[in-house]
Amino acid sequence: MSHKNIKTISNPKLKLEILTKEDVQKIHDATLQIIENVGVRFPSKRALEIWEANGADVDHEKRIVRVKPQVIEEALKKCPPAYTLAARDPQQDLPLDGNHVCLGTDGCGVEVIDIETKEKRTSCLQDVRDIARVADATEEVAFHWVPVSAQDTPAETRGLHEVKAVWENSTKHVQTESIYSVHEAQAAMEMAVILAGGKAEVRKRPVLSLMQCTAPPLGHDGGSLDAALIAAEHGIPTGFMTMASCLTTGPATMAGTLAVGNAEVIAATALLQLAYPGAPVFYAAAQTASDPRSGAYTGGGPEDFLFGAATNVLADFYNIPLSMGSFATGAKEPNWQAGLEGSLSTFMASVVMSDMLLGVGFLHGSRIWSYAEMMMDCEIFSIIHKMMQGIVVDEETLALDAIAAVGPGGHFLAQKHTRNHMRDLFLPQFLDRRPYTEWETKKDDARDWALNKARKILKEHQPDPLDERISKEFDKIIKSVEKS
Amino acid sequence: MSDELEKLFKEMAQSIIDGDSDISVELAKKSIEMGVPPLDAITKGFVVGVNYIGDQFGAGEAFLPELVMAGEAMKAAVATLEPELIKLGEAREIMGRVVLATVEGDIHEIGKTLVGTMLSASGFEVVDLGVDQPADKIIGKALEINADLIGMSALLTTTMVRQREVIEELDKEGLRPRIKVMVGGAPITRDWATKIKADGTSEDAVGAVQLAKQLVGKE
Ligand code: B12
Repeated sequence: MSHKNIKTISNPKLKLEILTKEDVQKIHDATLQIIENVGVRFPSKRALEIWEANGADVDHEKRIVRVKPQVIEEALKKCPPAYTLAARDPQQDLPLDGNHVCLGTDGCGVEVIDIETKEKRTSCLQDVRDIARVADATEEVAFHWVPVSAQDTPAETRGLHEVKAVWENSTKHVQTESIYSVHEAQAAMEMAVILAGGKAEVRKRPVLSLMQCTAPPLGHDGGSLDAALIAAEHGIPTGFMTMASCLTTGPATMAGTLAVGNAEVIAATALLQLAYPGAPVFYAAAQTASDPRSGAYTGGGPEDFLFGAATNVLADFYNIPLSMGSFATGAKEPNWQAGLEGSLSTFMASVVMSDMLLGVGFLHGSRIWSYAEMMMDCEIFSIIHKMMQGIVVDEETLALDAIAAVGPGGHFLAQKHTRNHMRDLFLPQFLDRRPYTEWETKKDDARDWALNKARKILKEHQPDPLDERISKEFDKIIKSVEKS
Repeated sequence: MSDELEKLFKEMAQSIIDGDSDISVELAKKSIEMGVPPLDAITKGFVVGVNYIGDQFGAGEAFLPELVMAGEAMKAAVATLEPELIKLGEAREIMGRVVLATVEGDIHEIGKTLVGTMLSASGFEVVDLGVDQPADKIIGKALEINADLIGMSALLTTTMVRQREVIEELDKEGLRPRIKVMVGGAPITRDWATKIKADGTSEDAVGAVQLAKQLVGKE
C-alpha cells in the first residue's frame, strides 16, 4: 500500500526477540493478579457503573475496582485487531494492521524554539498551525499529535482550537492527546462527524483519534476516562498510554513496571470494550526509568529503549495496535544525547513493528518544540526505515556479472549494474560527509540544514485548504462550548 | 555524654540513613525509657542522619528512594517522640510550616511529592494535600495549620492558571505577605511566577528548599 507523501515502515526484514512467549505469559498473569487483588483506580462515576454492571468488585469510596481475570480476558477479545486511521485526504489513510510503522509528531509541548529568531518562547495557536503545515509536507510524518499547546486560547476549549488548527493545515490524520474532559470530548466528536460527513461515516473513516494518559501507578484520570468513553461510543479510536516509570510510578525493576503499566492499560481497554464492544482501541506506552538522583522523567537510556520494544510484544499478545513513545529526548538542544536517544528508542520500537511512533520534534523531556530537532528526528526515522528493508540476496543483488566485469582491482563506478542500483543506497540530508576544510570554513552542521529545510517548507508549502464552511461549523461548535 | 548515650544517638542517625522506620521508632521508644530528652533524641540523633543523607543526595551520591525512606523513618521517629514533647511543653524548632498541593484539575504527583520530601528533610513541617486540590482546600488548610508557606505544583498549561487564582484569593483575604507562595512544575517559568505575583519558583526540589528557607528568612 502506498500513501501520498507518507513514508511508513512495512514488510520488515529485521527481527528482535526481546521477550519469550513464557515471559509474556508471566507478565500477563502478574497483570491479572494485580487487577484482581490490588485493583485499579477509576475515578469516574460512569466507569464505576460500567464495572459494577459487569460484576467487578467496586470500592466506591476509594474508587478502586477489582476485576476477575475472565472478565478482563473476555472483554479484550472484543478489540478489533486492525483498523484504519482515516485522513482528510483518503490517500493518506493509515492502516493499523501490524505491518506498518507510522510516525507522528510529539505533542503538548509548552515552549517553542522560534523558527526565525531561534529564541525559546511560550507556545501559541500559530505554532500549532505552522508545525502542522511543516508536518503536512514532510513524508516521514504520517499523522499528527497536537504538537504544542495553544496557550493564547481559553483553557476550557484549548483542545478544540488545537485540533481545528491542525485539520486546517494538513490533510493527514489527527490524533489528539489534549482532550480530556466531557465537554471538550463531546465537541471534538461533533467536529469529527462534520469532517467525515456523518455519524456512520466517521465510524468507517475516523478522521480523529484520541490518546489518554493513565495515572500510574494503577490509576486513571476521571476526565480522561469519560472522554475515552465518549470517543469509543462514536467509534473514534482511543488508546490509553501508560508512563509508569521505574523507581517512581513503577517498581525499580523493568518487569514489574511493565506489569503495572499493563494493568492500567488493559483494565481501561477492557472497560471500553464492556461499554462499547468492538470499539477501536490501541495500546499506548511511554515507559522509562526515572533518574535515580532526581526522579526526573528521562525519556532515554537503556531501560527506555528496552521498554520501546517490549511493549509491542504485549500489544501483540492482546492483538491490538500499539502506539509507542520514542524520541522525546531529555537533551536541552539538538546534540549528541538527542541523536543517541532518538535513534535507539526509535530503532527498538520500529524493529518490533509498533504501529504508531510518537514522536518527532521535542527537546527537554517533551517540553520544548524545535523545528531542527523535528527534521533531524525525521532523518533518523528514514535511516531506520531503510535499515528495516534489510539486505536483499538474489541473483540481481549478488551482482556476479558486474563483479566478473570488474575483476580483481579496478572499480564499480562505470558499471550499468551500479547505475541501476546506486539510488537504492541511502542518501542523507543532514549527515556531514564533506571535506574537513569545507566544514572548517563554514562551521555549519545538521542543525543549520535541518532548520533551513523547515523554514523553506513553512515559506513555500500550502496544504490543501479545509472547506471554509467546515471551518465555520467548527467555530460555531467551539463558541457554543465557550458560552456554556 | 555517656558512651551508652553516644551509641544510641549513632544508632538513631544510622536508622535514618538506612531508612528503617521500624528501628527508628524502636530507638525513639528506647530513648523515652532511658529518660533522654526528646529534643536531644531528635537533634543529636535522628537529625544527624537526615542531614547526612541530605548532603549525600545533594552530592549525587544518595539516590532518591534513600532520601524518601530517610524522610519516612524520621517522620515515624518524631511521631513517636511527639507526645513526650507535648508533655514537657517543648516544641521542636521547625523551619516553617508548609502546605503543599498539586492544583485543581492536575494529577501530576511526583515533583510535588519530591519537593515535600526535601522540605521535610530540611526541617520544614509539611502538609501534603495531594493532587487535584481546589483553592479553598489549600487556603483552608493553610489557615488551619497557620502556615508560613503555600507551595503549588502545576504541570499543565491548562492548570497553571489555578496558581494565580489561589494567589488572588489570598490577596483578597489579606493573607499576604503573611503567607508566602511558591510555585513550580514543568511549564512554570520565572516570568510566570512574577506575572502571577508568586514569591518565587524553582526548577527542582533542591532549589525549592533554598527558596523556602529564603522566604521564611532562615537562609
Ligand atoms: C510523568 C508525567 C505524567 C504522569 C504523572 C504520573 C504521576 N503519578 O505523577 C501521567 C501519566 C499521569 C501524566 C498525565 C498527563 N500528562 Co503528563 N507528564 C509527565 C512527564 C513526562 C513527567 C512529569 C514528572 O513526573 N517529572 C518528574 C518530576 C520529578 O519533575 P517535575 O514534576 O517537573 O517536578 C520538579 C520541578 O518541576 C519542581 N517542582 C514541581 N512542583 C513544584 C512545586 C513547587 C512549589 C516548587 C517550588 C517546585 C516544584 O521540583 C520538582 C522536583 O525536582 C511530563 C513531561 C516532563 N518532562 O515534565 C508530562 C507533562 C507534564 N504531561 C503533559 C500532559 C499533556 C499530560 C496529560 C494531559 C496527557 C493526557 N492527554 O492524558 C495528562 C494530564 C492528566 C491531569 N489531569 O493532570 C504535558 C503538559 C504540557 C501541557 N501543554 O500542558 C507534559 C509536559 C508532557 C507532554 N508534552 O505531553 N503525565
